[in-house]
Amino acid sequence: MKGLKRFVSVLAVLVVFSCDGEAQFRFPMPEFESDYRQPEMYTPPPGRTNDLMDVAVLAGALGVGAWLVLKRRSRPGVFLLTVFSLIYFGFWRQGCVCPIGSMQNVAEGILDANVVVPMAIVAFFLLPLLFALFFGRVFCAGVCPLGALQELVAVRPVALPQAADRVLGLIPYLYLGVTVLSVSTGAGFLICRYDPFVGFFRQGASFNLLMAGGILLLLGLYIGRPYCRYLCPYGVLLGWMSRFAKWHARITPTECIQCRLCEDACPYGAINTPAPEEAPISPREGTRRLGKTLFLAPVIVALGALTGMMAHDVLARLHPTIQLAERVAAEERGYFSDVTLESEAFRASRTTLAELYAAAHAVRADFKRKSPWLGAFLGLVVAWKLVALSIKRKRVDYEVDRVACVSCARCFPYCPVEDEDAKTQKHKA
Amino acid sequence: MSVKGQIGRRDFIRAAAALGIGGGIWKTAAREPGSMVWQLDPQQCVQCGRCATHCVLNPSAVKCVHSYPICGYCDLCGGYLQPGAKKRDTGAENELCPVSAITRTFIEPPFFQYTIDEDLCVGCAKCVKGCGLFGNGSLYLQIKQDLCVHCNECAIARACPAEAFQRIPAEQAYLLKTRPEGGPAQT
Repeated sequence: MKGLKRFVSVLAVLVVFSCDGEAQFRFPMPEFESDYRQPEMYTPPPGRTNDLMDVAVLAGALGVGAWLVLKRRSRPGVFLLTVFSLIYFGFWRQGCVCPIGSMQNVAEGILDANVVVPMAIVAFFLLPLLFALFFGRVFCAGVCPLGALQELVAVRPVALPQAADRVLGLIPYLYLGVTVLSVSTGAGFLICRYDPFVGFFRQGASFNLLMAGGILLLLGLYIGRPYCRYLCPYGVLLGWMSRFAKWHARITPTECIQCRLCEDACPYGAINTPAPEEAPISPREGTRRLGKTLFLAPVIVALGALTGMMAHDVLARLHPTIQLAERVAAEERGYFSDVTLESEAFRASRTTLAELYAAAHAVRADFKRKSPWLGAFLGLVVAWKLVALSIKRKRVDYEVDRVACVSCARCFPYCPVEDEDAKTQKHKA
Repeated sequence: MSVKGQIGRRDFIRAAAALGIGGGIWKTAAREPGSMVWQLDPQQCVQCGRCATHCVLNPSAVKCVHSYPICGYCDLCGGYLQPGAKKRDTGAENELCPVSAITRTFIEPPFFQYTIDEDLCVGCAKCVKGCGLFGNGSLYLQIKQDLCVHCNECAIARACPAEAFQRIPAEQAYLLKTRPEGGPAQT
């Protein structure tokens, strides 16, 4: 018996060395003499995936949010909705799939004809935008789990200088552009990868991401909703929709009496104060400035496109194939004495070096084709912001900035003007 | 610019935006696909150990599974025993699994059955590597779909050096190894 075992182990070693790597199914299936029965393999079906239940909850929460903000004008109601969303979409559903991330699936579906986007994900992307188009950003107000987390920690908000707010407000456009570029070139879903708060929902993430989330939340104590205002790429789309909202939240239920009580009410800098009667510069100079910015706009866009083109090499490093090819090339030239898991796995695979380099060149060419568009988009955003700065708007009331306002209803209690309905009810009592 | 005219423009833009979004989305989603789930292809897996460390869950949703029809029921199991183990027994110093998730049961001479305790398994793939090197490759990794939280971008897929992760239809949620036609020569 012992001799047989030794023979078997020697045989095993021989087999291993004779058919390296590919070797499997070396030993025959035993023929059992006893009535032994093989256990079944345990392959449980998927738990809940992105099903329609979540879509229904999302639609319901958006509807309740719109009703609370526009009809009831109830800050406590919105707060409760926020807590519900944080618990349901955040901690219970663990933050996946969210409308912010779904835009990547939708972008992939639009750009790549082979990718089919599940209906639930499309609904997740679409519903908040549709609601924003009619009721403003009620999704941000009380449905988004990321917004909810920051909403709850915004206890002592300070106003940022307007210049800083404007400059930081450009980052979401950059994030949006790079995300779409990354999806279109197959470099992955950046929004999901760098979601700073999902680690809290799942009680586990990489150290760096948890730190980033923690820092954002600490910042959020003083700077209201830092992720929403200065990072969230979905917020850009929601802002575009909310600009044209049919019924947007208003600070005052009826008519503004310029009492200035709401002036510091908004922790997110989304209240536009009345424009001064006297323009800071003469109309003539203003026209000249507008003309200059309009003339400059194409130049800025062209500069952006050029910058994008020059940055394509750097941007291409987002792609895993480029990372692998660069690493392997460096190893081939002897810059590294060790190998990474990736390069090791590549060498064990059937792909040849030439094939890898060809793939990397194709990816880089793809980036070279697409990154000027990213640059041009950013140039267009900057040009548009400059033009908007050069236009003086006539404003006599305290109004919400429809693009920036997240409809959180924090300013409602500050307004002393009473709703007509509420007034008559009070009189009756 | 009259107030009425302004509302008209906004209405127009709103309608155009709604139509644009709706149309684009309809085009991408009209084919009504089912849900997709992540799974790893055991044929491409290189047993790097990242499944144990990169999943958003702790312990990972990736577990070792055992295809009994492929297993050789070896006494000298490359997946169960440390290379160069002093004894072929259940002693901790001889076991390969760092969390002792494999149970070794005697069936009949000379065959042993190996069972994975999935509550203990962390998906480190040490046993997978051992079984692939010295045995039939009946131990391999799979994402347990009841544990997986179905991230939009699977964190392990991102970290996988061998591109073994892919999305597959939820109805057929596992990529199981099967015995090749005919199988190896019977001795």
